Amino acid sequence: MCTVCGCSEGETTIEGEAHSHSHDHAHSHEEHEHHHHDDKTHDYGQGPAHAHAPGLSQSRMVQIEQDILGKNNAYANANRNYFAEHGILALNLVSSPGSGKTTLLTKSLIDLKNDLALSVIEGDQQTANDADRIRETGVKALQINTGKGCHLDAHMVGHAMEPLAPEDKSVLFIENVGNLVCPAAFDLGEAHKVAILSVTEGEDKPLKYPDMFFAADLMILNKIDLLPYLNFDVEKCMSYARRVNPGIKIIQVSATTGEGMDTWYQWIKATHQLATIGYQPKLEDVAKAA
Amino acid sequence: MHEMSLCEGVLTVLEDSAKTQGFKKVKKVWLEIGVLSGVEHEAMLFSYDVVVKGSVADGSTLEIIELPAQAWCMQCMNEVEVTGRGEPCPSCDSYQLQISSGDELRIKELEVE
Repeated sequence: MCTVCGCSEGETTIEGEAHSHSHDHAHSHEEHEHHHHDDKTHDYGQGPAHAHAPGLSQSRMVQIEQDILGKNNAYANANRNYFAEHGILALNLVSSPGSGKTTLLTKSLIDLKNDLALSVIEGDQQTANDADRIRETGVKALQINTGKGCHLDAHMVGHAMEPLAPEDKSVLFIENVGNLVCPAAFDLGEAHKVAILSVTEGEDKPLKYPDMFFAADLMILNKIDLLPYLNFDVEKCMSYARRVNPGIKIIQVSATTGEGMDTWYQWIKATHQLATIGYQPKLEDVAKAA
Repeated sequence: MHEMSLCEGVLTVLEDSAKTQGFKKVKKVWLEIGVLSGVEHEAMLFSYDVVVKGSVADGSTLEIIELPAQAWCMQCMNEVEVTGRGEPCPSCDSYQLQISSGDELRIKELEVE
């Protein structure tokens, strides 16, 4: 494991390349043996907490009060700042495997690439198949393989920025690993999580996987062209999603027939406009262009 | 199984603290985990033992303190306690809840030597 960020080094690869850091951060702390008395350390000398048992135990209590996801959240904030600085709208697409996420994405890229600058980060355990599918649309894509990992984390996304180099004022789609559980907990610095649910799955998925539908701002109900052949109650599904997340927006689409896709594009364009408010090109970039 | 990654996050904090606070061994770790944090306690305990093997926290015990979740019910105009997402207000059955706590994932304190 990489002790800088907690990622499982050796497992994660970016475009087949092993993900590595130079672990040369100099730790210049001396081995301090003295006891601290700052507000983070409560040192009671001997024995746990207040229990005084001289000579019996050297254990002491240390209060840390630290977030377990603190490191990921710090990387996510860095990503968020980067996106804001460059006017990039980052969307984190989450779903279970087989919801039609990649089909929805490739269709969206083909339809939007003339209006917006686009790029894609593809997250999968293995293979670069999805990034290849994306590149066939002419949009640049980067594959991250998480190895045994079940989700993308903010650090992997941060590392992807340099090779991918998304344009200023562009839309960055991050297709997360197909998993409705773990990606809910990991902020990538995105503006919105978009949960994709297909009607071939159960209508009670928002109740079964509430964390994800709570974390998402938009739910896309995909494959609605198949509704005549299924016993899927759309109203029920939407009411379940709103139970978990009263503010969630819901769009019904079929990526295959194109039905409802315009509403999804309108949402992207409106959200993209919001993301670019306050964006100012850097002076040196302007000078370069002139 | 993101509990494995969470435990790796815990271990990172432990190793960092060992350097800054100058201890050699962690004996016990107390985590505060909200009921809405999506963490399976059993999986957490299992992963912890695996992850800390050979580290400063090898052989230490993990104690999980479960924190309840609070929400603001728009119907009752009141603060209520909820036990899960997608569950109604315990007093009026409304789903119009604004959840205010319960997703904590925090290392509270350590017993070290």
